[in-house]
Amino acid sequence: MAQQALFLIMAVFTLGMALGTVTSRNIFHSALFLVGSFAGVAVIYFLLEAEFVGVAQIIIYIGAIATLIIFAIMLSRSVTGQNGSPMNRQWAFAALGAALLFAALAWLFSRVDFGSTAQPVPEDAIALIGAGLVTEYVIPFEVASILLLVALVGAILIARERHS
Amino acid sequence: MNALDILQLLSPELILALTGFVVVSVDLAMRRRDEGRTAATIALLGLGGALVATLLLAFAGTSTVEAFTLAIDPYSLFFKALAIVSVGLVILASISFMRGKSRYLGEYYALLVFAALAISLAVSATNLVMVYLGIEFLSITSYILASYFRQDLRSQEAGVKYFLYGAVAGAVMLYGISLLYGATGSVDLATVGALFSAEGDQRLLGIAAIILLLAGFGFKASLVPFHQWAPDTYEGAPTPITAFLSTASKAAGFAVAGRVFMVALPNLVADWTAILGSLAILSMTLGNLVALKQTNLKRLLAYSSIAQAGYIVLGLAALNPGGDFDGVGGLLIYLLAYLFTNIGAFLVVMAIEQHSGSVDLAAYNGLIKRAPALALWMTLFLLSLAGIPPLAGFFGKFFVFAAVVERNLLTLAAIAAVNAVVAAFYYLNIVRAMFFVESEEQKPVSVAAGLSAALAISGIMVLVIGIAAQPFITWISRSVEMVLVSGM
Repeated sequence: MAQQALFLIMAVFTLGMALGTVTSRNIFHSALFLVGSFAGVAVIYFLLEAEFVGVAQIIIYIGAIATLIIFAIMLSRSVTGQNGSPMNRQWAFAALGAALLFAALAWLFSRVDFGSTAQPVPEDAIALIGAGLVTEYVIPFEVASILLLVALVGAILIARERHS
Repeated sequence: MNALDILQLLSPELILALTGFVVVSVDLAMRRRDEGRTAATIALLGLGGALVATLLLAFAGTSTVEAFTLAIDPYSLFFKALAIVSVGLVILASISFMRGKSRYLGEYYALLVFAALAISLAVSATNLVMVYLGIEFLSITSYILASYFRQDLRSQEAGVKYFLYGAVAGAVMLYGISLLYGATGSVDLATVGALFSAEGDQRLLGIAAIILLLAGFGFKASLVPFHQWAPDTYEGAPTPITAFLSTASKAAGFAVAGRVFMVALPNLVADWTAILGSLAILSMTLGNLVALKQTNLKRLLAYSSIAQAGYIVLGLAALNPGGDFDGVGGLLIYLLAYLFTNIGAFLVVMAIEQHSGSVDLAAYNGLIKRAPALALWMTLFLLSLAGIPPLAGFFGKFFVFAAVVERNLLTLAAIAAVNAVVAAFYYLNIVRAMFFVESEEQKPVSVAAGLSAALAISGIMVLVIGIAAQPFITWISRSVEMVLVSGM
């Protein structure tokens, strides 16, 4: 019961932060909201007993990615000026579409029973993840690193050529 | 299976990855800039090696081997060969087209090779994790390539639109994957297929998963209603990249959709074929009607490619295992024919763009007098797109339509036939401009060597597939048999 209450609180917190991210007029505030949203997701991972994913979420998303985003904002534009509204004429349609999708999925999930597939979390989950990454999932693991290399090259290309 | 076997089975991917690294490193190490010529040469050699490795595996009669979340089977080998050939033709044409347009051409060729690698992985994926990773890898590479002209606002717009749309489509697809995982506790396609029943409420969940997954696959294949990015991205991206997006990248979307639906959701076959059938109607009709009004050739070919996606998906919508025309075979033949036809059409667009700087229909007026060879090639490609026998495009349409008729989906067949007629109108309109409209400009068009070579390869393949279709059809029916037997 306490767990469920904590989940609800964290879910509302995460969604609120996410909403702040997309509606804030100041992009710097958006970035800070995003950090809050990342933290909320990390707590939910811990609640699900997925410690490894939770720790990775904190170290990588909050520790590295959020810092990078904030640096990028501070380096690329003045923190106080140039803040347009993130809304455009279509925001109402988009909100309606999202609400309809939510209603449809909520209706669906209220009917479908997912319970039967839930399994207890193994004791040595982190060891299993580690073994998985070098056995069955070795190719996805390696592909992810090539993907990051390509993204890195692309990021440099996009950031650099404007000065030529 | 020992280590050597595994290396051999993965040889196309390994060669592609290695080639990508070598191109990046060599370009970095070279002091003298040579407009990317060395990089392009290495990339072409690597692609050639990968193609040989793929064909060796395909013709060694390799039976299906599944290892490390990848399936090495005739189905995946077919699409790998398709992707490698497509990227090879694009690189060949880029050598002269991209010269002087960017300072970073080494990376451009490396990214194209990595795109071929991404497609090879995506079409082999037997695991939803790998499916997502493969598609995302392809997407990220494509975003960079679409916005490659840093000084050109249209190219920037192309990249940003593609990126924003792709990020959302990828997230929606991931949600669909999570539904399948939630229902079965597995991300392996075959296990999902065995555990996912079509009864009661689980069927509803399955339909939701199909629609959400289609956001990702349909985005890659530019099927309506996931097509909105296509016209602007096709128009703004460098033309060789447009050729790539409209062929290899599109084929990857269909290949992955085919495998995921056939292997992971065989119990819901009635539902997903119905959904794909309605998407086919929407894509064909919208694509063709809007294409009628276009005067910018790149936009026209973008809408034409949306319409073509509609015909192509008919193959899956009319899935008919055991029938004379099983549908999937039609899908593969169509994609093979479409690859050479559409790349060919874009090669002509590149030649004209290089000559006159324009991609408007007006630039094609009286082309028969200024560049008879180009005009004839273009006519060939346009007739093949329209599906006129005995060209390659005819066989694609024939096999797909035959499957639709055999499944007795007569409404679908009628709509497709009407659409084929509408499409012929705007394809022939270009032919009319080239042959019968006088142009003010009389300067003959010169075509660079690489582009000519790519043009000749595409044109000859369109003719060969059209005239001597049998070996290709035999190869394809073998590829399909395997997937149908394992999946259905």
